[in-house]
Amino acid sequence: MSVDHSLNIIEVNKVSFAYKESLVLKEVSLNIHKGDYLGMIGPNGGGKTTLIKMMLGLLTPTSGTVKLFGQDIRTFKEWSRVGYVPQKVINFDVNFPATVFEVVAMGRYGKRGLFRSLTKEDRRVVQESLRQVEMWEFRDRIIGDLSGGQQQRAFIARALAGQPEVIFLDEPMAGVDAQAQDQFYQLLKKLNRDLELTLVFISHDIEAVVNEVTEIAFVNRTLSYDDDPKKFVKEEMKKLYGDSKFIHHHHKHV
Amino acid sequence: MATPNLFITTTNMFELFQYSFAVRGFEAGIIIGLIAPLIGMFLVLRRYSLIADTLAHVSLAGIAIGFLLQINPIVTAIASTVLSSVVIERLRISRRVYGESALAIFLSGSLALAVVLISLAHGFNVGLLNYLFGSIVTVKQTDLYIIGGLGAVVAALLFLFYKELVYITFDEESAQVSGIPTRAINTLLIVLAALTVSLSIPIVGVLLISALMVIPVVTALQFRQSFGKTIVVAELVSLFSVIVGIAASFYFNLSTGGTIVLVSLVLFALSLGFRKR
Repeated sequence: MSVDHSLNIIEVNKVSFAYKESLVLKEVSLNIHKGDYLGMIGPNGGGKTTLIKMMLGLLTPTSGTVKLFGQDIRTFKEWSRVGYVPQKVINFDVNFPATVFEVVAMGRYGKRGLFRSLTKEDRRVVQESLRQVEMWEFRDRIIGDLSGGQQQRAFIARALAGQPEVIFLDEPMAGVDAQAQDQFYQLLKKLNRDLELTLVFISHDIEAVVNEVTEIAFVNRTLSYDDDPKKFVKEEMKKLYGDSKFIHHHHKHV
Repeated sequence: MATPNLFITTTNMFELFQYSFAVRGFEAGIIIGLIAPLIGMFLVLRRYSLIADTLAHVSLAGIAIGFLLQINPIVTAIASTVLSSVVIERLRISRRVYGESALAIFLSGSLALAVVLISLAHGFNVGLLNYLFGSIVTVKQTDLYIIGGLGAVVAALLFLFYKELVYITFDEESAQVSGIPTRAINTLLIVLAALTVSLSIPIVGVLLISALMVIPVVTALQFRQSFGKTIVVAELVSLFSVIVGIAASFYFNLSTGGTIVLVSLVLFALSLGFRKR
């Protein structure tokens, strides 16, 4: 593999976050390397989303530091190197008047900068991103008219259009049916292997995550990390539930 | 009293343009008709529709100040709405007050201030009534310069920040992650909304402004088109309403603002029928 996995893309150092009086995260440290496919699991309210939002500069840590590409996040300016797929499928406006193409083009806006309209090159990258996720033929459809899985692929294409080096995905499977989920995991694997993209992936679906990712972090106020997801989860589950109940998985039918 | 002439012949069709006030009214109406849905598009999609109404009430206080100090009411309306819009946005960000509560406070607070100021200026007069409900007679030559000049500024700024506004409107968090200065752009949007509200007062009146910003957009949204096409449809609905509304109000001696809004409502009702699926 040509990817230099020893290169730190994100360094989270002893970060704590308190909301009002209550401590959400306590002295969490985590290094994400180039080419990692990190799955972040943990109970609701355990601080997964808070941690991701601090790595994206959407929340400021109460204490500790976050570095992106070696730079302190407070002075970080190269946001086009970071892609973000928010928890959108379940809470975006289905009546919003935008075509898939328009949504994916938004991924170029930050890169293009203020006062500049999109160029031919931008349109080419948008097209390429849409083809990457196999959504090019849907380009003129209104985003709200698509299925959850298609919408999610469009949001991935939007992140890709910014040509980032790392993509954060917050619960991307919410509202996506089981078959589309499989396709989606294949797509993520392709992006990680072929495009050498670093992926940080939040999910509550432990079983699926364990089978897909190459690194795993368990976030519940504190953080434990391992680069052998399967072994890690086995041990964590043992701690939580004892030997008898190994991974128990509910398929949610939406 | 003469019987109203319901048959518009070509001769009296042009009669309209013999009156300079009518020409001014049309010019101002078309400028506002172009800008209002542009701003309205972003306000409606961000669930900010009520901001237009709130700012309109604030502008009434501004107009009352203008009457009291004998300054052009449009100028004082602009000053009061722009100032309040920035304060409303600050309050919303600080989260000390819920967004809608901030709007309710400003809406009723400025109305209270307006009423007290009006009573100080010895009650309602016809001039003030025109500002409440709009009338092409209200548009003076200086108003037209103000509407034209500031209207051009609003349109230019919307054009310059178009893609950032679209992104923030669709997905504010992702826009912020991509490096777009969301706070500054949010403030810009609300200030532009304040300007548009103030400029629309002479034509549609304080109480009906939000209609011109909201109804054409909601009408256009029924067609489920791309963002760009939706704006075009909203513009067409708005221009049609303004032109037909002003002409009808002139010939049949009706309230200008009310007629414009009713025309746009008819178009909205028709659009509901066209809605796909």
